[in-house]
Amino acid sequence: MKAWLHRPALWVLPFLVLGLAAQEAGVRLGFIPQVMIAAPTAILGKMPMLVAEEELLERIGLTFGLTFAAAALAILAGVPVGWALHRFRLLNRAYESWFVGLGAAPLILLYPLFLVMFGRNLFTITLMGFMVAVIPVVLKTREGMDGVRPVLIAVGKSFKLSGLRLFWKVQFPAAVPVIFTGIRLGLIVSLINIVALEFLVNIGGLGRLINDLAERFETAAMYGAIGFVVAISVTFFVLTERIELWLRPK
Amino acid sequence: MSAGALAVEHVGKRFVTPQGTVTAVEDVSFSVKKGEFVSIIGPSGCGKSTLFAIIGGLLDQYEGRVLVDGHTVDGAHHDIGMVFQEESTFPWRTTIENIAFPLEVAGMPKKERLEKAVHFLELVGLTDFAHRYPSELSGGMRQRTAMARTLAFEPKILLMDEPFAALDEQTRLLLGDQVLRIWRELNQTTLLITHNITEAVQLSDRVLVMTYRPGRLKREVPIDLPRPRSSEVVGSVAFGQLVGQIWKDLREEASRGMKATEGGRND
Repeated sequence: MKAWLHRPALWVLPFLVLGLAAQEAGVRLGFIPQVMIAAPTAILGKMPMLVAEEELLERIGLTFGLTFAAAALAILAGVPVGWALHRFRLLNRAYESWFVGLGAAPLILLYPLFLVMFGRNLFTITLMGFMVAVIPVVLKTREGMDGVRPVLIAVGKSFKLSGLRLFWKVQFPAAVPVIFTGIRLGLIVSLINIVALEFLVNIGGLGRLINDLAERFETAAMYGAIGFVVAISVTFFVLTERIELWLRPK
Repeated sequence: MSAGALAVEHVGKRFVTPQGTVTAVEDVSFSVKKGEFVSIIGPSGCGKSTLFAIIGGLLDQYEGRVLVDGHTVDGAHHDIGMVFQEESTFPWRTTIENIAFPLEVAGMPKKERLEKAVHFLELVGLTDFAHRYPSELSGGMRQRTAMARTLAFEPKILLMDEPFAALDEQTRLLLGDQVLRIWRELNQTTLLITHNITEAVQLSDRVLVMTYRPGRLKREVPIDLPRPRSSEVVGSVAFGQLVGQIWKDLREEASRGMKATEGGRND
């Protein structure tokens, strides 16, 4: 009992089990049509088929890899751009509203244009994932750098730090929590956009699999594949949390 | 750790604001001998913190010059260590890692710098809290960490800007005792910027009183209380007389400051 009290993250488990039990009962008793929502046991039962016949592991790896590549590029480009917006106020005044606007725009709707320009391939999907991920990384990096307490910078300067050394030793670690909020947001929107594109253009990993299964009315298997999209998202979340803790322990 | 002599010669600083030019500090000159403890006291807005930033090399484009052992210093300087008014420990570093920070910046190998940091950790009495993060320490402990971090830099001159301003009176008095002990042990030339008369008298050899804006030196008060001192000195008659003497000068300036602030609000 004590262990439960000290781990509030586990408090959701009873509700999850209750929800799944209700779903199972609803489908079995005929309150929910099986063609719309599958019973959890039916979803689990489709796992061997997904692995053996639908190359599930390869598809998970592909979606994970594409999202990872898009997010890595977004970090590589977004952190320096966010720093530049913080450092050069004129640049910030010129471009901030553009970044905010692009962040609010449904960029995925540009996919036909990207298909025409770059072709129906994995590069195009990665590029579109990058485009949506880079915006929160840029904005949150700028916000994080703006929020560094001036006294911490003064401490760094009093120890004769300047330029890149001041950035790495003081500004960056101080801004890490906010920058990582941007990275997490970027990863989530990138994953959503990549799976949506895989679904729409029918290439790639889990998005394509979900599309295939939906067209074949394999409802239970389709929910299984959706579950793995959620699993990828959770994996990224845990990974970023670990990296953040490593970069900035408290 | 060797002590150094500090000289401030005709220092002045003007700020250009949308409302016009503001003279924060004007023609300030004084010196601090090797191993001496001097406090600068003044009302809010007298330019104390501006003077702190100039001496510490955080502000440029000022008039006059700052000298350490007869040599003009420009910008942040290894001879001058700064302790700030605001909480300034790095929250992502443990106490010992905070203290070792200037040694890390100087390129000292990890083992060596942690060994050296232990000495300063002991000096400020935080040995049992070496691996705690600032969020797990009290305000007083965090300020002692910040002070140890600056001392680890081994500056000739320790420059402190109201380091205990955010602490309660009892903690402030007790930390004053610790500062005096450290000062005695290291024979450290120290310049303290403060608005607290009790603190200035408790710790200093001399107190320099500043005028309200523009900040100039109004008077120098020698503190001839016997050393070694502790916070018990605050109960003595001589202490009370010195506090009264400084308050007489400061009251006039603080009133001017208050009138100027209220006038500004009414405008």
